[in-house]
Amino acid sequence: MIRSVNTNAITEHIKEMCFEANHYLSKDMDLALKNAVCVEESELGKKILNQLQDNLRIAEEEKIPICQDTGIAVVFMEIGQDVHFEGGNLEDAINEGVRKGYAEGYLRKSVVKDPILRENTKDNTPAIIHYSIVPGDKVKITFAPKGFGSENMSRIFMLKPADGIEGVKRAVLTAISDAGPNACPPMVVGVGIGGDFEKAAILAKEALTRDVGEHSLIPYVCELEKELLDKVNALGIGPGGLGGAVTALAVNINTYPTHIAGLPVAVNICCHVNRHVLRVI
Amino acid sequence: MDKYINTPITDEITMNLQSGDYVYITGTLYVARDAAHKRMIESLEHGEQLPIDIKNAAIYYMGPSPAREGRPIGSAGPTTASRMDKYAPVLLDLGQKAMIGKGKRSKEVIDAVIRNKAVYFAAIGGAGALLSKCIVKSELVCYEDLGAEAVLKIEVKDFPVIVVIDKDGNNLYEMAMDGKCKGI
Repeated sequence: MIRSVNTNAITEHIKEMCFEANHYLSKDMDLALKNAVCVEESELGKKILNQLQDNLRIAEEEKIPICQDTGIAVVFMEIGQDVHFEGGNLEDAINEGVRKGYAEGYLRKSVVKDPILRENTKDNTPAIIHYSIVPGDKVKITFAPKGFGSENMSRIFMLKPADGIEGVKRAVLTAISDAGPNACPPMVVGVGIGGDFEKAAILAKEALTRDVGEHSLIPYVCELEKELLDKVNALGIGPGGLGGAVTALAVNINTYPTHIAGLPVAVNICCHVNRHVLRVI
Repeated sequence: MDKYINTPITDEITMNLQSGDYVYITGTLYVARDAAHKRMIESLEHGEQLPIDIKNAAIYYMGPSPAREGRPIGSAGPTTASRMDKYAPVLLDLGQKAMIGKGKRSKEVIDAVIRNKAVYFAAIGGAGALLSKCIVKSELVCYEDLGAEAVLKIEVKDFPVIVVIDKDGNNLYEMAMDGKCKGI
């Protein structure tokens, strides 16, 4: 059965998600940050984590964005193959939602039209959209605006198969250690292992949208997530990069088949404002 | 230790600040980030005057979200300071005394801090809503066409920052890491 979805509805959902993502942190992140206050040993680190709690409260109560970098709009669209869109071009509808959301929500317009000429588009479009076609008749939208303090510290490593799991660990720890205070720790670390050059990066980005505290279903990957979180926290970077036990709240890893000659590893770092909102239409 | 200071940031003030101090600033800050720094440096290269009074000034590396009606500013946390590393030494040599941002700085910037008895403060990254509450007034200075990157002059009250690089070049980030990142 073909199900029709009007693209105007997509625009409205995206608009609301822009506001929601930038003012309320998702439950998993909220819980992880509250837990971090209890775990942190450094006095200064504790103080900063408490200020982040105050920041979240003020953002929610006074409708001030949690962070002034309200991000470039990253949208994952999982579209059921039995869905038919009507009412206009889907991509235009998504961008219209971003345009409205960022204007009406008093969000910062942080997108330039050309990477070299750098003229601000003044409406935060275009969004970065990742489409996938899946079975069913639903549309699953994940809206994850991404700030660039942490995005700039993200890395991709084209390792050799012989580097193995130890090489993966070294790559992740190198990226985090180089990022240090720049990425606004405590961070969430998204890792993509496998695929090819661009697939690894998308896997890493998508890993950031997985709830903190939820682990991979693949046993060795789940173990690797836990081990790397401990190792990242042992680096001592701490809240704000000023030293402490809480450098990361989670390491989320996604994997994919790859070529016999390769072992791509992408590390997409997100700050403590790891925004991700999910809706199913 | 906790310290309270007022702008302008003079030598007497920076002489008494050490890496690790938690400092509350009251007074006037200029707000400028990437595109504004690029333009300011270009105007100097063309022999023009800077649009701001740089002597003993504090520049906050920040680009706010839009203000709601009745408020001076929107969310207003620091941006990554290293992107201003290319421009900062020139401004420090012209008399700028304080930089407020987040993240590591280059050797050239640290050298310029020592040379000019200046200071680099970090504000709490990602605490834009909280920090906006310490900003009581905001006005446009120039480069309005840059949108969120325009130069602003803001009045702050007890604006919380931490001394990362002091006038002697001590670096809190390095002290905090305590060599733990070596040998990965």
